[in-house]
Amino acid sequence: MLHWAYPFLDWYVIMTSPRLSQDEVQHIALIYRLGLSQEEIESLRHQLSDILENFQVLDQVDTSGVPPTGHSVALENVMREDVAAPPMSKEDTLANAPLREDNYFRVKAVLD
Amino acid sequence: MPETKKYETVIGLEVHAQLLTKSKMFCSCPADYIQGSPNSVVCPVCLAMPGVLPVINRRAVEYVIMTGLALNSTISQDTQFHRKNYPYPDLVKGYQISQYDVPIAVGGWLTIDVDGEQKKVGITRVHLEEDVAKLQHIHDAQGESYSLVDVNRAGIPLMETVSEPDMRSPEEARQYLENLRAILQYLGVSTGNMEDGSFRCDANISIRPVNSTELFTRTEIKNMNSFRAVYRALEYEVERQIKVVEEGGRVVQETRGWVEERGVTVSQRTKESAHDYRYFSEPDLPPLSISREWVKEVKAGLPELPGARRDRFVAEYGLSLYDASLLITSKSTADFFENGLRAKDTKPVEVTTKAKAIANWMLGDMTGLLNASGVELGNARITPQGLREFTDLIEAGTINGPAAKAVFEEMFKSGKGAMIIAEEQGLTQISDAGLLDEAVAEVLQRNPQAVQDFLGGKETAVKFLVGQVMKETRGRANPAMISKILLENLGTELNG
Repeated sequence: MLHWAYPFLDWYVIMTSPRLSQDEVQHIALIYRLGLSQEEIESLRHQLSDILENFQVLDQVDTSGVPPTGHSVALENVMREDVAAPPMSKEDTLANAPLREDNYFRVKAVLD
Repeated sequence: MPETKKYETVIGLEVHAQLLTKSKMFCSCPADYIQGSPNSVVCPVCLAMPGVLPVINRRAVEYVIMTGLALNSTISQDTQFHRKNYPYPDLVKGYQISQYDVPIAVGGWLTIDVDGEQKKVGITRVHLEEDVAKLQHIHDAQGESYSLVDVNRAGIPLMETVSEPDMRSPEEARQYLENLRAILQYLGVSTGNMEDGSFRCDANISIRPVNSTELFTRTEIKNMNSFRAVYRALEYEVERQIKVVEEGGRVVQETRGWVEERGVTVSQRTKESAHDYRYFSEPDLPPLSISREWVKEVKAGLPELPGARRDRFVAEYGLSLYDASLLITSKSTADFFENGLRAKDTKPVEVTTKAKAIANWMLGDMTGLLNASGVELGNARITPQGLREFTDLIEAGTINGPAAKAVFEEMFKSGKGAMIIAEEQGLTQISDAGLLDEAVAEVLQRNPQAVQDFLGGKETAVKFLVGQVMKETRGRANPAMISKILLENLGTELNG
């Protein structure tokens, strides 16, 4: 679940106030293209604020001697050679498509 | 356009080039997707199936290092990939793996010619990311709107080169783009093909009063699918922005799309707050450390670049700087020229003559024929060897001036050899003294008046007689030889 925490860590850094406003929740909802009711916004506002507050605990750790890192595992330079392998069969690829048209995935129109 | 002088144009370009790797950026799917039917070059990584792990393609990184070195950039020692988050169906993962704060290459420059002077255009960065899926927006007869997704393109390695806002005219932008493409082609890292989308350009453009150093509000222009489109779109946008300001308005910061058919840019307004990419370092990819040894190795293996090749064409073959610059713009053109010149052994003293002849035909008639027919040089029927043979035949006098154009056109059309065409169409120049003697004797016999005029001191009569011989041979006679033979004959009569 660490991956999911990352975007919120970003938010944590950005936010000056630990309690999120309704506007801030609405902004996050827009970014994720989520349609939320007023009640949901209010409920999420508290839940997300609680999460952020929990992360504040980490802020108390003295990290002045630790170099910043974006990764939890001390790996470096994992690369592959440029060799092509056969792709998946088209039927496998499209097997789980919620909607299919010919050999395409069909999705609802999304305007940017 | 006196108004234009009040303002200066400021242009910066962002170029996305697909890299010519064999496999995709983070998986082993073949990168040659253009021929593939929809969703045929796809794997669980491209499709963002749960639990998959992307792995960096080493060659793609190397291609960016090569490009960075060619653009005089600094290659980062420690770099990494980031997630750029946005919800749109062209991203199956919901994010694009890209680079953010530490691109592979930083800084550098590329030179262009401005009024005969070399000008450096600054490079901000060169970074590596993955291409996204291709969408088709459908509005069907029932009034329903939806999109069709082809994931083939997703994951193709994409290199983004960002310039500084250093260009001052659409012409400078066109040159920057051409030179950048030439560099990528010479390096062999990209096809540089704009028409098929392998090489794409977005432009940031603003105007400001002349003598100002401030940057004014800019617009971003997208959807330009050819070099010509970039030039036209920027020209249009300069005029549009000047008009807005002259009419007392303000240029709005926005993205505008070029509409080729109408020759205009139109606003593509989006919800500003919707662009919040929330970059964070890609947890699935460990950081990338580019050793100095690797950079050294890549540097040692760099091929000859366009600028060096141009200078060599001038020094080695005696071409003018102008001709050399035109020839090197595309690698295939420069290769064609050089292969033609080298198709046969050439004595050192003849190199310049031969080179100039080949260059002239390539930059003149051949360019004209290529443009008119829309054929790419790589697909043309005429070969470098064929062109060399042709220019040699002209030099030897086997094909004369007026016939050469016709022979060349036929070579271009059919790919046949110059000698075969000239013989088939009876276009070879007659330099056979025996044949010409006969023709001259015939003409002298038929034109006693002209002969008398000449003998009476009217020297222009010779011109008339030469013309008659040309007519007799349907323009194929070697003019210098006719004059010589005629004068010999007339001289004999004069003395006799």
